[in-house]
Amino acid sequence: MKSPVRRTSYGVKGAPYAHPSPTTALKRARSAPYFFLVPATLLFLLFFALPIGYAVWLSFRKVQVSGLGLGAGAREEVWAGLENYTDALSDSELLNGALRVLGYGCIVVPVMLGLALLFALMLDSEKVRLAPFTRLAIFLPYAVPGVVAALLWGFLYLPDVSPFYFVLDEFGLPQPDLLDGGPLYLALSNIAVWGGTGFNMIVIYTALRAIPAEVYEAAKLDGATPLQIALRIKIPMVAPSLVLTFFFSIIATLQVFSEPTVLKPLTNSVSTTWSPLMKVYQDAFGNGDIHAAAAQATLIALATLVLSFGFLRATNRRNKQEAAR
Amino acid sequence: MPYTKRRRLVSSAVAVALGATALAACGSSSDDGEARSGPVSLTYWTWTPGMDKVVDLWNKGPGKKEQITVTVKKQASGDTLVTKILTAHKAGKAPDLVQAEYQALPTLVSNDALADIGDTVGDVKSKFAEGVWQQTTLGTDAVYAVPQDIGPMMFYYREDLFKEYGLSVPATWEEFAETARELKRKAPDKDLTTFSANDSGLFAGLAQQAGAQWWTTSGDKWKVGIDDDATKKVAEFWGGLVKEGAVDNQPMYTPAWNKALNTGKQIAWVSAVWAPGTLTTAAPDTKGKWAMAPLPQWGDGESSTGSWGGSSTGVTTDSKNKEAAARFAAWLNTDGDALNALAKEGGIYPASTSAQLSGAFMSPPEYFANQPDFYKKAAAIAETTAPSAWGPNVNVAYTTFKDAFGAAAKNKSDFTAALDTMQRDTVADLKKQGFGVAE
Repeated sequence: MKSPVRRTSYGVKGAPYAHPSPTTALKRARSAPYFFLVPATLLFLLFFALPIGYAVWLSFRKVQVSGLGLGAGAREEVWAGLENYTDALSDSELLNGALRVLGYGCIVVPVMLGLALLFALMLDSEKVRLAPFTRLAIFLPYAVPGVVAALLWGFLYLPDVSPFYFVLDEFGLPQPDLLDGGPLYLALSNIAVWGGTGFNMIVIYTALRAIPAEVYEAAKLDGATPLQIALRIKIPMVAPSLVLTFFFSIIATLQVFSEPTVLKPLTNSVSTTWSPLMKVYQDAFGNGDIHAAAAQATLIALATLVLSFGFLRATNRRNKQEAAR
Repeated sequence: MPYTKRRRLVSSAVAVALGATALAACGSSSDDGEARSGPVSLTYWTWTPGMDKVVDLWNKGPGKKEQITVTVKKQASGDTLVTKILTAHKAGKAPDLVQAEYQALPTLVSNDALADIGDTVGDVKSKFAEGVWQQTTLGTDAVYAVPQDIGPMMFYYREDLFKEYGLSVPATWEEFAETARELKRKAPDKDLTTFSANDSGLFAGLAQQAGAQWWTTSGDKWKVGIDDDATKKVAEFWGGLVKEGAVDNQPMYTPAWNKALNTGKQIAWVSAVWAPGTLTTAAPDTKGKWAMAPLPQWGDGESSTGSWGGSSTGVTTDSKNKEAAARFAAWLNTDGDALNALAKEGGIYPASTSAQLSGAFMSPPEYFANQPDFYKKAAAIAETTAPSAWGPNVNVAYTTFKDAFGAAAKNKSDFTAALDTMQRDTVADLKKQGFGVAE
């Protein structure tokens, strides 16, 4: 126990006799941090823990109807146990949605981060011209709201109204249906890549600018080419930002909602439950079953948590191994 | 039903109690000596455009006399409003009046969100067609809403192009299929119409015309007949047309669809009485080139149609002034001036039969200036509307329709399999919620 030591030091430094008793002073000193924590804790409880707790509570309940279900008292909320969870896990639509999003993520994340890294390296090279303008031009799509971007691309994908198809038609080239089957994944990924590359590029570019110039000087004196500098110095040194952008991208991919929702009315290929979050939305607001929706939302949150922390732990372990080496 | 009677007793008892407290409150605050309570203010959730102007007529006219003020809160239409009403009702804070589509009424009633207003509005029954009124009673002796607008289905076609390709207006669905094939032969890049899976109301209306009864009750059990013979016939018919490529399979209400209508790539549309409004924005260049005819029939000499759309005004169980709210609902949907304003501001087609041939409906819609007897014909068609049968989980059936038929239309695969999915999912949902379901 440290308390006797602290008591003496307190007494020595301050005015020991002014305090009513050393124990109250100690209590006050110990409660001070908690006092400062109160606002943050309160906000956390009110706007984070409470709603989540309520959602989890809802996910364990269900509505039980009796008979025809008409009139008062025909409907009551009862305890459902894990029923909503078993239903969600055995629902092939939710699993299929997860698989669709996985396929979509396998295109979006590598392409978007690859492009972002490439653009960042190009902007950082010495020979670049018009850097501020290019940087802004690549970043600009990020400022376009997702719904607007999806609408814009949706119009460009529709053969009958798209200028692309008009040009293809003029030259007698084949006109692929981008809103059907496999190409749909490319069409959706394209919207995400178009919108997200700029943001990730800025993150990586900022990290590149933070590398001290001496490192490059040393490399040049050793006779490294710009390509070697990029591959051997720049990329390893911005690895932490790559991890960060990867992490953000995984979360954004798992939460994909607005792009497929906006494209849905334009085609038969996007169902109302295309992505897991669309299924949650449909169950909550289309079918009016908030209990099933709450269970699914909880499952999606858990999956996101496991995936993102799993990834962070994996990269941390690798970093430690490398540091040890 | 004994149950309903008991319910009515309870609600009138509540009304009496409420009236008594209101009177007591009145005695101390107001001295105008009226029998009923003092000023009442009501909120009304609706999506009809221009409803605030119609409500102004009430607030300045009969409402002023009766000291009942109504405030409009504009809402989004469709299923999301149902969810919103139910959520508000859970908190006991639903508005006094709500607009609800006919197929949503069972869902709202089964959540005990709509009050029985039969005592106040019972005498306006005669203003509506039997089949329309029946939708607001759910087959019981309660009345849960007052019909506002209806959407009898009709066949719209490009008169000029039909002449150009030598097509005649189909009187039966068989002729409809022939017309589609003939057009494909004469102009392979054109389509008579499209089978769209993004509005379930269209398919429900077509099934209704064929005599389908999707939800019926026997005892205290629901019977789901989505895969009944009538609906199967409709599904097979459209599935066949899509499969052989006689009609298009792309969804409606897309920019591509607008363009197809506007350029004459699609030359007909199975729609409802509100089509002129949609065509005005979707195909502005073809104004005056369209004509309207009754829906093709399943048998010679039959005349029957389905309905697509239409809504009613209901009073919620949360309202503290149910009687006043019901009085407004009755006025809104039966008063000549109100209906005229509704037609002018909101573009609705009234459910009230007397209004269908008066005021705004004396002359054709602007888009159909070439068809002077448009509304006369429409009123005659509306009379032939087949009865409809809605249940407590229409939303689930509609969602499954969109996904199952959307996929079937895309793959040009078996529509009856999609129908089976729809039936299975709807029954499974009823059972999961605990409803009694008859097999």
